Amino acid sequence: MKLNLKIWRQKSTAHTGAFVEYTLSHVSPDMSFLEMLDTLNEDLIKKGDDPIEFDNDCREGICGMCSLVINGVAHGSERNTATCQLHMRKFKDGDSITIEPFRARAFPVIKDLTVDRSAFDRIIQAGGYVSVNTGGAQDANCLPVPKDDAEKAMDAAACIGCGACVAACPNASSALFVAAKISHLALLPQGQVERRGRALAMVAQMDAEGFGNCSNIGECEAVCPKGISIENIARMKREYLKAALT
Amino acid sequence: MWVSAAKSKLDSKVPGGAIAEKWDQHRFESKLVNPANKRKFTVIVVGTGLAGASAAASLAELGYNVLSFCIQDSPRRAHSIAAQGGINAAKNYPNDGDSIQRLFYDTVKGGDFRAREANVYRLAQVSVNIIDQCVAQGVPFAREYGGLLDNRSFGGAQVSRTFYCRGQTGQQLLLGAYSALMRQVHLGQVKLFARREMLDVVLVDGKARGIVCRNLINGEIESHAAHAVLLCTGGYGNAYYLSTNAVNSNVTAAWRCHKKGAFFANPCYTQIHPTCIPVSGSHQSKLTLMSESLRNDGRVWVPKNKGDKRPPSHIPEDERDYYLERRYPSFGNLVPRDVASRNAKTVCDEGRGVGETGLSVYLDFANAVQRLGQPAIAEKYGNLFEMYQRITDQNPYVEPMRIYPAIHYTMGGLWVDYNLMSNIPGLHVLGEANFSDHGANRLGASALMQGLADGYFVIPYTLGHYLASTPLPAVNSDHEAFKASANAVREHLKKLLTVRGQKTVKEYHRALGAILWNDVGMARHKAGLEKAVESLRKLRADFWENVKVGGEANLLNKNLEYAGRVADYLELGELLTIDALHREESCGGHFREEHQTPEGEAKRNDEQFAYAAAWEFGGTGKAPVLHKEKLTFENVHLAQRSYK
Repeated sequence: MKLNLKIWRQKSTAHTGAFVEYTLSHVSPDMSFLEMLDTLNEDLIKKGDDPIEFDNDCREGICGMCSLVINGVAHGSERNTATCQLHMRKFKDGDSITIEPFRARAFPVIKDLTVDRSAFDRIIQAGGYVSVNTGGAQDANCLPVPKDDAEKAMDAAACIGCGACVAACPNASSALFVAAKISHLALLPQGQVERRGRALAMVAQMDAEGFGNCSNIGECEAVCPKGISIENIARMKREYLKAALT
Repeated sequence: MWVSAAKSKLDSKVPGGAIAEKWDQHRFESKLVNPANKRKFTVIVVGTGLAGASAAASLAELGYNVLSFCIQDSPRRAHSIAAQGGINAAKNYPNDGDSIQRLFYDTVKGGDFRAREANVYRLAQVSVNIIDQCVAQGVPFAREYGGLLDNRSFGGAQVSRTFYCRGQTGQQLLLGAYSALMRQVHLGQVKLFARREMLDVVLVDGKARGIVCRNLINGEIESHAAHAVLLCTGGYGNAYYLSTNAVNSNVTAAWRCHKKGAFFANPCYTQIHPTCIPVSGSHQSKLTLMSESLRNDGRVWVPKNKGDKRPPSHIPEDERDYYLERRYPSFGNLVPRDVASRNAKTVCDEGRGVGETGLSVYLDFANAVQRLGQPAIAEKYGNLFEMYQRITDQNPYVEPMRIYPAIHYTMGGLWVDYNLMSNIPGLHVLGEANFSDHGANRLGASALMQGLADGYFVIPYTLGHYLASTPLPAVNSDHEAFKASANAVREHLKKLLTVRGQKTVKEYHRALGAILWNDVGMARHKAGLEKAVESLRKLRADFWENVKVGGEANLLNKNLEYAGRVADYLELGELLTIDALHREESCGGHFREEHQTPEGEAKRNDEQFAYAAAWEFGGTGKAPVLHKEKLTFENVHLAQRSYK
């Protein structure tokens, strides 16, 4: 296949960026999207040009390191798919593809398609944990958890922290990310002790990082590579309200 | 090609006494650091996978000041996150005959009697605490309807001792350890350095006192001093170019320590996982593992006849060879990884492999779907089937999966004693980066166990003893040793950028991978290994003449990072090959064609090779020096592994 690519290039946070167009031939339909970019980078390096920087690591959809807005959609238009799992067979010969970084005030561009998502770490630092030290835990089976609760908690815990929800949201809200963690722990007995404080602290940190508010648009769920439901946002709002009023 | 040390310098420091009491007694005899004194110590932890995150969090909880480093943008992305199947523990919840003794025995046997008994026993002992700890953190393990934890049998175990979170166990355990780490960052006890790559360990008076790393965003070379350094940087499987490892996983931190004097043990023990999605073309950047839990219900087969190109549904039952069930009636499709992989290679070498390349075998779920129904199979393996379909565009409910072995894990690593300390005082090595617990082959669901055992339950005790019993004068990063190291690192980076040759880093990496996979892969022989050493030397020389690295030194530059890693792989690859050449026996993942039983199984030579081979760096391109740590087996009977 031959593709026309329009890719965001930006030297560093301090520089302004712009789209640059490239043509890439000999793209195999079996390539993953990132392997297609690898191929382009090999060409650029050989020509003496700067390769395009994009974050990626596991290339199997679980580490959450890859990003990219592809033709206007975070992680591309395949449902429940991270960019690294997107394959070129989903595109046609002669297609034009626009590739941009995840854009949000709270995710400044570091270089090209790479952004800084450390705001997510700081939100978890604010309360996304159960405060237990190593060593003092009781026997694991002393804490029975109804299977349904465990399954729902796991649904929320499956979040890979990629930030697609933020990139897709017109408000650049991180509500789905924060809600997934609040839900995971609120659904389990282990999370009860710190339930109130957690909801308040994590929401406060989310606001402090410059993420927008949730206005129930639902774009986040649509792009989430793990299919995390906006039910979790509803739960987060209830958790927050309960905590704020009691 | 190598020289043997006149006198081995290794002291494993395994405590005396009965095996079941060693760890208790050792903990009692270890010196303690007074609670008020812990805050006077700074510990560097490199890597934030299961071993690194659990160690950093646990040490911070004790009151040490911890500096935590990772190459990713967030500690949550370390490659432990990709582990799918589960984590073993000798809880015996299913009442099916498990015990610490049995987990210990299975692990020593599974490692083909090339691991250190005392370490493995301790691993089995603390395995039960790991599950308690993870549940307390809120890890959402799979549960039964009564609310208690569910277990499954995994990777050749005859008891159900594996705890799991769907097909994402590594992710959930890592997020548990990550959340504990984030809590300590919040409390100010851990300082986090993301997007940093460790490029050297700094020794002062022969002790590890800090690291030099590159800030990957702006290229700055930073020096950090501490009282001890913990290396938790994973394995070196990516030396083979194609592996199931994340593309950024690398050996650089460990290799730079090796070049500073840390011994590298058993590098030839590499694990080739039997159930990976086959290679589709030369563009491929990595391979994807399908959890081996699939072998619980899938049946492995190839056509009986060579070159049978009919689609699988057209091959009648009596023309199929379920070769694992045929050769190993008692373990069948659940034989350990090394055995399953080698057999897949054998049938493909016989010309009975399937798919376009002839380099794959079928993993068939038709019987299981018939027996249990599609919904039951979907509940168990839905995410894996979906992943397979996404990558191959084929539906495994309808036609059998095609699988082929791929490099997955490395049992070798930096040599450590019972305290997880390398031969460099103060430099501790945890998780996959060390060599200690899995011998020549790792069993499924044991990597997560070892990473967390080392970080949560071993290092907090053994590091305390080191700090309490070792004089450590104040050192800061202005010390000459840091300046010298930082200069050497700068020079090395400059050298990479100024070769300005014709070939890209990836081209060298691919060439290296081809050499290792072909000659130091699933089956190895003397002539092939000797040829490989020659080819590797030529390739390394050519790399430094002709490599072309893109980008600039003072900006985010993945190609420069990659170049440094491939340069190190080229050196490691040679040591790996020499290790494979020197070990004139077959054991676990190391199969020498010259050494097999008449049935084609691995044949050990316990008389001569019941030792860990710890290699001392002899200089680039110079002969490495072999030190032997004799392995003694007092609690398990050395036997030919049999899964018949």
